[in-house]
Amino acid sequence: MRFVVVVKQVPDTAEVRIDEEKGTLIREGVPSILNPFDEYAIEEALRWRDELGGSVIVVTMGPPQAEAVLREAVAMGADEAILLSDRAFAGADTLATSNTLARAVSRIGDVDVVITGKQAIDGDTAQTGPSIAASLDWPQVTFVGKVRQLGDGVMVAERYVEDGCEVIRASLPVVITLLKDANTPRLPSLRGKMKARKMEIPVWGIDDLGLEPGKVGLDGSPTRVVKVATPEASSGGEIHRGEPGELAALIVDRLLGGEVE
Amino acid sequence: MASIEVRRDACVGCGACVPACPFGVISMEDGLAVIGEACTLCGACESACPYGAIIIRTGEAGGGDLSEYSGVMVLAEQRNNEVDHSTLELLGEASRLAEVSGEKVSVLLMTARPGNWPERLISHGADIVYVAAVPELERYRTEPFSRIAERVIREKKPAVVLAAATTTGRDLMPRIAKYLETGLTADCTELAIDDETGVLLQTRPAFGGNILATIVCSDTRPQMATVRPKVMKALEPDSSRKGVVEEIGILPGDLESRTEILEWLPLEEGEVDISEAEVIVSGGRGLKSPENFALLRELAGLLGGSVGASRAAVDAGWIEYPHQVGQTGKTVQPRIYLACGISGAVQHRVGMQSSDRILALNKDENAPIFEFCDHGYVGDLFEVLPLVIKEIRRRLG
Ligand SMILES: Cc1cc2nc3c(=O)[nH]c(=O)nc-3n(C[C@H](O)[C@H](O)[C@H](O)COP(=O)(O)OP(=O)(O)OC[C@H]3O[C@@H](n4cnc5c(N)ncnc54)[C@H](O)[C@@H]3O)c2cc1C
Ligand SMILES: Nc1ncnc2c1ncn2[C@@H]1O[C@H](COP(=O)(O)O)[C@@H](O)[C@H]1O
Repeated sequence: MRFVVVVKQVPDTAEVRIDEEKGTLIREGVPSILNPFDEYAIEEALRWRDELGGSVIVVTMGPPQAEAVLREAVAMGADEAILLSDRAFAGADTLATSNTLARAVSRIGDVDVVITGKQAIDGDTAQTGPSIAASLDWPQVTFVGKVRQLGDGVMVAERYVEDGCEVIRASLPVVITLLKDANTPRLPSLRGKMKARKMEIPVWGIDDLGLEPGKVGLDGSPTRVVKVATPEASSGGEIHRGEPGELAALIVDRLLGGEVE
Repeated sequence: MASIEVRRDACVGCGACVPACPFGVISMEDGLAVIGEACTLCGACESACPYGAIIIRTGEAGGGDLSEYSGVMVLAEQRNNEVDHSTLELLGEASRLAEVSGEKVSVLLMTARPGNWPERLISHGADIVYVAAVPELERYRTEPFSRIAERVIREKKPAVVLAAATTTGRDLMPRIAKYLETGLTADCTELAIDDETGVLLQTRPAFGGNILATIVCSDTRPQMATVRPKVMKALEPDSSRKGVVEEIGILPGDLESRTEILEWLPLEEGEVDISEAEVIVSGGRGLKSPENFALLRELAGLLGGSVGASRAAVDAGWIEYPHQVGQTGKTVQPRIYLACGISGAVQHRVGMQSSDRILALNKDENAPIFEFCDHGYVGDLFEVLPLVIKEIRRRLG
């Protein structure tokens, strides 16, 4: 079984600060991390590979330094890694990103399962996975909380939706987007770390992928960000202090909303 | 650049396209239509295919005649043949947007049994209701729904397409956007029409809620967005409102699917999905142990609500992930959100800030949550909560 896991390097949004005067993000000094959701995607591929045999190939599209997240994945146990990096890829929205990632999947060839994280914590769109599936014309199963079964050309997975869980059978090849419920990611092993340090990671650009400039990066992106603002700082609420009994009575007033008494 | 594609899943190898091609470039290989290099994208095969398996995609980013597109189309969401409230909210918003330009609001309802919903959708603001109804559309499945929606959108050419940012909308819309090679903005909380250009201004939180980004899709159509449920307001239904209902025919290829729902496991009774809850009692690291969540459960039970949690509490293993509220958990918008022992980190805030009323109980008066709650209570939750429960029992008798 051949797995491709697409992973993204993101700024640690917990560390992002706002420049109050300019109303912009202060990105300096903000560490870049492997998108937290993607660790689960990597883990899921590793588990099934360990059970069924095959290989796990991690792919990211980003600037040269995005290589770091690939090494992290290799340290966890991924077999191969490919960096998609080219000036032409810069400024991609989810459509251009998925065009690029989908083409990489085709070029890798013989892929059975593509796994993405549920969403990236910078953009929070959750659009890349379905868009890759559409590009490849493969079926997709999104919001997967558990992969029950894999092999013989089919996958059975649990898709968590608002009011319950759908048990879905999909034919392979398939694209899935994974929730954190699916597993607990392993820590990198010592051997993995050694391998990750030494591994030569191939870099594919626009020509390697045979993509036209109008399909990738900014040129291939129909959407543009035209304004960035910071959410209004609210003035803060009414603060109550007092004995536990007094506070409790006030809270109950609010909870019952005057409908009682 | 325009392109032509044969959908492998939909093509049955009937060969109807072969004679239809004026240039004779289509052949059959292994029971599939194959389009030769000399194709001019004239579209004759596309209309000849009885299965909707041949698709010509026109216009890369920057192409196409935008003036052909008008109006706002809402993709309705239904469960068990009942339309979801989020659809009514979108119709309210669509009416507001369409009023600016004097254009029409349409809604596409894909369902097994429409019942009286077409009329009800009109009363909630739709001018046109497109109804695709066959038993196979009982539950949402990616391929049939995206295929039918794609075709209707290509035919009707709305300038704007909206769907709810639910697990359905977020599965369906990116697929359609890719088919149409157009832009899609996720999880919008605000929509407006730019006075000068007439483009849709789509505003959404990003970077863990640290910023609000406004996004446009100027050069391709339709402009597509998923919209966060419970943010927009539905219109008061008005049964005197007039509208048109149009049936959408189903092509045999439409219903092909490479995924199949084997089983449906609804949430257990009493296990209210927090994203639907009216009242949420939520706990964080301040709760100190899993046992203490029993306090919250008891309180939530008395109020007919659900229990939420911060990520810190979930990571500590005190409560399961489905209860997590925030950036990496669920977005909730209850009538009342009571946060107990939660500091109010931005990643938590983005998941609950649109609650109607936020109450916070925290022993640290400098906790960030006090800066954005409606009512803050400075106190020890272990002292206060048991009294809250006692007081509610007393008042409710
Ligand atoms: C990428 C990323 C994604 C994240 N996603 C989420 C998310 O989806 N949801 C989320 O919640 N967090 C998320 N976080 C984590 C977030 O940054 C905070 O760490 C987390 O919300 C803190 O949880 P907490 O408020 O329970 O804990 P703390 O910040 O430790 O706060 C505990 C609070 O309890 C109070 N307290 C303690 N004892 C008592 C007592 N006896 N009585 C009253 N008050 C008491 C304290 O004063 C304190 O304010 C994310 C972080 C990252 C980096
Ligand atoms: N530039 C990228 N390179 C590789 N994978 C990506 C990239 N952007 C997004 N993804 C994948 O798509 C998922 C969803 O991202 P998003 O659609 O941006 O929320 C992520 O969890 C990744 O698995």
